[in-house]
Amino acid sequence: MSIPIPSINIGAILPEIILIATAFVIIFVELFAPKRWRLGIPIICFAGLLAGFYAVGSLWGETIFAFGESVTSDNFALFFKFIFLLGALLVTLISVDYLKREGIYHAEYFFLILLSTVGMMIMASSLDLISIFLGLEVMSIALYVLAGFNRTDPRSNEASLKYFLIGAFASGFLLYGIALLYGNFHTTNLGEIFALLSGQESLSIIGLIGIVLVLIGFFFKVAFVPFHMWVPDVYQGAPTSVTAFMSAGPKAAGFAVLLRIVIYAFNTSSPEFTNLLWIVAVVTMSVGNIVAIAQNNLKRMLAYSSIAHAGYVLVAVVAGGPVGTSAAMFYLLVYTLMNVGAFSILIVFGKRGEDNLNFSDYAGLASKYPLGALAMTLFMLSLAGIPPTAGFVGKFYVFSAAVSQGYVTLAVIGVLNSLISVYYYIRVVVVMYMSAKPAEKFYFTYSVPAIIALIIAAWGTLQLGILPERWLSLAKDSIFSFLL
Amino acid sequence: MPVPLGYYLGLAAIIFTVGVIGVLVRRNAIIILMSIELMLNGANLTLVAFSVHLQELSGQVFVFLVMTVAAAEAAVGLAIIVMIFRNRESVNVDNLNIMKW
Repeated sequence: MSIPIPSINIGAILPEIILIATAFVIIFVELFAPKRWRLGIPIICFAGLLAGFYAVGSLWGETIFAFGESVTSDNFALFFKFIFLLGALLVTLISVDYLKREGIYHAEYFFLILLSTVGMMIMASSLDLISIFLGLEVMSIALYVLAGFNRTDPRSNEASLKYFLIGAFASGFLLYGIALLYGNFHTTNLGEIFALLSGQESLSIIGLIGIVLVLIGFFFKVAFVPFHMWVPDVYQGAPTSVTAFMSAGPKAAGFAVLLRIVIYAFNTSSPEFTNLLWIVAVVTMSVGNIVAIAQNNLKRMLAYSSIAHAGYVLVAVVAGGPVGTSAAMFYLLVYTLMNVGAFSILIVFGKRGEDNLNFSDYAGLASKYPLGALAMTLFMLSLAGIPPTAGFVGKFYVFSAAVSQGYVTLAVIGVLNSLISVYYYIRVVVVMYMSAKPAEKFYFTYSVPAIIALIIAAWGTLQLGILPERWLSLAKDSIFSFLL
Repeated sequence: MPVPLGYYLGLAAIIFTVGVIGVLVRRNAIIILMSIELMLNGANLTLVAFSVHLQELSGQVFVFLVMTVAAAEAAVGLAIIVMIFRNRESVNVDNLNIMKW
């Protein structure tokens, strides 16, 4: 047994290093600095995330391998890192006054947000099952704590425990699957595994069980039907800002790994795998949309809608190839903007204790707060996929990718699902603008950072809807550099 | 005479299955946590057995990382369970039913 000394290339993980350093600065400020400095902690977090954006920008265009080819920094990973940073940035902005209102303003919150983002970044740049597992765990363990951040609220407790038990259960499956794959292929490197897979005509039984277990683990984490039952409870119970964070980044991170696997397996055409994803995509879209209709709580409705949106992205993954992959990446970027935007409206108009999240609590919002209602309308139209918003462009690219690869039935089912979803998204708009019986009182939290986040999200939703070419070509570039 | 690889894999599979059944059947959150640890250890045993069999070290290195992760997970999990116990004096997962659709 000899141990080869891996080539370490610290520069490739510069964004991760910056975020980890920022996280520790935050903890040390909290521990040792005078009390009044604590108000500056969100500013430190914000600055760290901006530095992360800068690092991502400076690494763009190069493909660097690090740590013995277990981690890479290519455009594909950097595009996803941009999505994670954007999600974390918006969530940091909407959290500041929300945490103060709920009485849970602690520095650990920002520390955990940053570490969770680091975990997602590791997932996006991993080329090795070991580093994928580690990234996933870094992300998840921070999220378990965040979900239960409102310690005194029993709903938050419940969400945290459910998320923890399901998440740890899923990691068990994932890990056992990785162990079996290691035994079958004698390596944990994705590239080598797929090189072996394409050489051999049939898979041994151990390898097959390994792949199935790894997929089950991932389907739990990304919440595809039938592994979705934890999503509504966790999304509803967790503090709203954490729900916004959970719905954007971790989902995109799961898809980053899935897309990387699909791209690697691109040469090894495997109809069984595509058929499996096909069925999962259909079931996920349909269940998510149909159950969302029955919801009265906005957070729970958005939870089911996030399941449905994972199904739409999976349609693009099934389509595969450069077209499908870039459509999936573009959709994840759009989804981050519009979904975090919708959650920031819930935060701005929420009341301490989060009791007013039903549809009826937003009745007649437009007459009192026209701008807030307008922003919510924009996000709802975008989630429903109506032009001229980004959601329409995203869905258009996803379904046209599916059609161009010959998955016409899948695209038709997707469009039908999208029609169902219009019902419950437009219901929010109808309630806000045309309700006969307005709610007695609205609780408006005046928060400058949250309003900045709202402006960024609304501007992005419009910008990507009207002028999507630039971002779409960025997504395409990141695939092509990767295929070469 | 060395123990053949199949014995290790069989034992690991049994440990993993016991863990899965434990998670699905038991209702006490702490016992569920222990069952999850069993699942992770079943996977660890598989990794070590393969690593020795294949004369390749990365499996054993992975086990160290998994043990670290499992320790972190147990710490967070127990903290969550303590938090729940403080608020409702029970760690039975059947009582976690505030949110239903």
